Amino acid sequence: MPRKLPKKDVVIIGLGWTGSIMANELTDEGLDVIAIERGPWRDAPTQFPTNYVQDELRYRIRHELFLRPEQNTFTFRNKMDQTALPIRDWGSFMPPNGVGGGGVHWNAETWRFLPTDFVLRTHLTERYGAAFLPEDMTIQDFGVTYDELEPHYDAFEYLCGTSGTAGNLRGRIQEGGNPFEGPRSRPYPTPAQKQPFSHALFAKAAGELGYKPFPQPSGNLSKAYKNPLGLQMGPCTYCGFCEWFGCGNYSKASPQTTILPHLIRKSNFTARDNSEVVQINLDRSGKLATGVTFIDSAGVEWEQPADLVILAAYTMFNVQMLLHSKIGVPYDPVANKGVIGRNFTHQTISSVNGFFDNKKFNFNPFISSGSIGMCIDEFNGDNFDHGPLGFVGGGYMGQVQTGGRPIQTTHVPPGTPKWGAQWKSAVRDNYLSTVAPGTGVHGSFYSYRDVYLDLDPTYRDRFGRPMMRMTIDFHDNELKQNAYLTDKFAEIIRAMGAHTLDKAYRKGPYDATDYQTTHLNGGAIMGTDPNTSAINRYLQSWEVSNLFVTGASAFPQNPGYNPTGTVAALAFWAATAIRGQYLKNPGPLVHA
Amino acid sequence: MRNDAKLSIVMGAAAAWLAGAELCNAADPDGQAYDRIEKGHYLTTVADCFACHTVPNAGKPFAGGRPIETPFGIITSSNITPDNETGIGAWSDEQFDDAVRKGVRPDGSRLYPAMPFPAYTKMTRDDVLAIRAYLATVEPVHQPVKANTLPFPFNIRLAMRAWDALYFTEGEFRPDSQQSPAWNRGAYLVQGPGHCTACHTPKSFLGGDKTGDNLRGFNLQGWFAPDITGDLGQGLGQWSEADITSYLKSGHNRITAATGPMAEEVVNSTSQYDDDDLHAIAAYLKSLPGQQAAAPARAEPSAMNAGEAIYRDQCSACHGLDGQGVAMLFPSLAQSSLAHAGDPTSAIRLVLRGGRSVATDAEPTAPGMPSFGWQLNDAQVAAVLTYIRNAWKTSAAPVSADAVGKARDQFSTRSD
Repeated sequence: MPRKLPKKDVVIIGLGWTGSIMANELTDEGLDVIAIERGPWRDAPTQFPTNYVQDELRYRIRHELFLRPEQNTFTFRNKMDQTALPIRDWGSFMPPNGVGGGGVHWNAETWRFLPTDFVLRTHLTERYGAAFLPEDMTIQDFGVTYDELEPHYDAFEYLCGTSGTAGNLRGRIQEGGNPFEGPRSRPYPTPAQKQPFSHALFAKAAGELGYKPFPQPSGNLSKAYKNPLGLQMGPCTYCGFCEWFGCGNYSKASPQTTILPHLIRKSNFTARDNSEVVQINLDRSGKLATGVTFIDSAGVEWEQPADLVILAAYTMFNVQMLLHSKIGVPYDPVANKGVIGRNFTHQTISSVNGFFDNKKFNFNPFISSGSIGMCIDEFNGDNFDHGPLGFVGGGYMGQVQTGGRPIQTTHVPPGTPKWGAQWKSAVRDNYLSTVAPGTGVHGSFYSYRDVYLDLDPTYRDRFGRPMMRMTIDFHDNELKQNAYLTDKFAEIIRAMGAHTLDKAYRKGPYDATDYQTTHLNGGAIMGTDPNTSAINRYLQSWEVSNLFVTGASAFPQNPGYNPTGTVAALAFWAATAIRGQYLKNPGPLVHA
Repeated sequence: MRNDAKLSIVMGAAAAWLAGAELCNAADPDGQAYDRIEKGHYLTTVADCFACHTVPNAGKPFAGGRPIETPFGIITSSNITPDNETGIGAWSDEQFDDAVRKGVRPDGSRLYPAMPFPAYTKMTRDDVLAIRAYLATVEPVHQPVKANTLPFPFNIRLAMRAWDALYFTEGEFRPDSQQSPAWNRGAYLVQGPGHCTACHTPKSFLGGDKTGDNLRGFNLQGWFAPDITGDLGQGLGQWSEADITSYLKSGHNRITAATGPMAEEVVNSTSQYDDDDLHAIAAYLKSLPGQQAAAPARAEPSAMNAGEAIYRDQCSACHGLDGQGVAMLFPSLAQSSLAHAGDPTSAIRLVLRGGRSVATDAEPTAPGMPSFGWQLNDAQVAAVLTYIRNAWKTSAAPVSADAVGKARDQFSTRSD
């Protein structure tokens, strides 16, 4: 029997971005909140000191900040008729661990989704007809609109101090910004970061081809900023160690730099680290959560009772927690019934490296930041006519070169030997004169009936429970989309003056060993119908009304942007609903 | 508990009366004198009684038992809760006043000046008894404390009589009629209850204030408490009044941040000062004359070149190539008096060990600086500090590798 702790008003599972946002909002409401985090406490100056954090071997190659697969992993297969095997070393995505979650290691690319992304099925059906969509594509509307989320996007950007150039200010298109974005109520809190040479050259070439390039919105700040919680941030030094790394310079927005120092001063907030929640407990009716059970690092089992449970872990762990806690009907792709595990998605990423004459071009690629870049949005979402193209979806593309780190930035032209004197010579000749976008083409990944999460029939975790199984592959629609976008992108790199291009199209099958992004989504999606979604438009469980599930697990499909801005906006949106509606009258906020 | 506290006051007063001592008339024994207790609470905070008389995070405010490091050994702070047996519950007001303002205990023995009675003597009796009135309301804690843990010969309290004769001048603060009321209030707070002199005024080898160098900085507990006079190079000459009040209120300003013992002082005490009092302190400190220091020795070009290279590589990301830092976040080394102090102990310490600035409600960020002791050798630390001390407008004496080595040895046995 677990030992029982005194009851709290709220228990939050996971202290990453959304756990921190929720904790701050709900403690502001006067509630007594505990956050339980599987990994260690992490504090920016202590864990990410500027004099050793720039260590590519330690953090990038050896995955210092991420969950150890020995602690928890997943099984993987492409197709339903295959046998899944455990992932023993992270590859295509990196499950975060520890306080700050993915907010520690992200690049800080801080996007908003397009207004049409939230009403995707409705919009595409209206424009192209239902028959235009592949039969097994299971995309649906989010159940919340861009306009409803706008104040919450704004709250997150002002929390982070996001650097960018507005493209649509209250409906007026702004020169230099993204003309396709939804209307924003005010400009970014800080101006866009400065752009290095290759990024500026990309913008010039894109402009000459008729596109409207704009700086990528960045959570690595262009200047010092004091956020609404009174926390001070410093200007980015363009060191180029953002993704995979923590920032000890106070320049990258993270829970550590934007929320936690404020949160930990509150007497009604408690955090418990190195403690893994294994289950959400339900009362006899199965309609109400009574709290959670967690296991500390000594293996001792504890019960933490609470009136309200916020499940704020990473996508995969949210779904796993629901399955293990038997909340919601597990998804069955054969019967096409059930919701937990449904509409699991990732991202469709590709890139094009451009090799330039090293006597004419010196790009100094190490001058960079994780979200620096010049982008275009002409080929994102439904910003272009898909009618003649035979696919749906798209993505932003840009010269988003996030660093010139020594181990992985040794790009050489196609045909160069993989090792030896010629390889060394080619690295030397090309290091300073290669355009190698970290994010080149950042495409959408729409949802399908046979891409999903469920419990593995064979493999078990260290607690003896079934591991979670990923069944995921690329469908023709995404591969067509990627081929089209990659070619368009290559035209711009060519126009910059590259003499040689290396186009790396995204090809199937989905490869779990090849890093794309950590943007896994879905599995516990939001929506308006309990038969096709796990949570309602306020992220509240349809089945258990005192459970809210935050994070990208809520996305019914993945648009062509990085998810964090929307993940955070949804957390603020849900927190507002809890504060404004739920606490006054606990129970379902939407009646099915 | 509260009833016990009240009872203890009555008991204390009765005991004093029975002993033939003069009965108090200032403290209100019924514990209802709100104004007086409020005033006492504020002055207790201003005087920061809590810091020394409380073991951090032990949940027993004012119960003593905290080891206080002095140049002569460790002294353990006494229990000043109103507990009759182990605290000050049985003391008369007169006895309390004698202890605070004269350094004399009820049994006639002398306090060590770790208790800053040479500063508190400047307080008015009324203020001291207000503190007494407040302390009578805190929860009594039964906790005996063995105060004197000094090694021989300092453990002989009798020696303090001679010390008092040499270094202790009893007497209340006397306002200077030539100065403004604010200046006088500032002087009173700094010299009296605020006891800034305890750390910031240089001491003789026996620990007495060198009053001629009042507030010009002193090395204690592994830190150099910097010059806080109006001295342009080493003191607060480049600080505006607003810089001083911001620093004391929030622990941060456009130039620097509180760390080390001052961080604790900001949290427990100065962040809770009234704004008027902070302005008064700023006005007073700015008026204090700087010292006529001789021009410092010139730094060797080789050290400056090496130091600049290290600075660009290791320091400039936060503190800027121009040494200006970021206001409220990364100190401006170009202007920091800590960086330019004649005694570079604190600067060496921060480079070797790193440091964490203070978190306050006004400035909760509490930025930290990494330790470079594992990465830079003594000569490299000396070079970068020499560069920092001479790269911009102000100049200060070079730091030697030898000094860094000695500091490294000394810090190796200290906790942060």
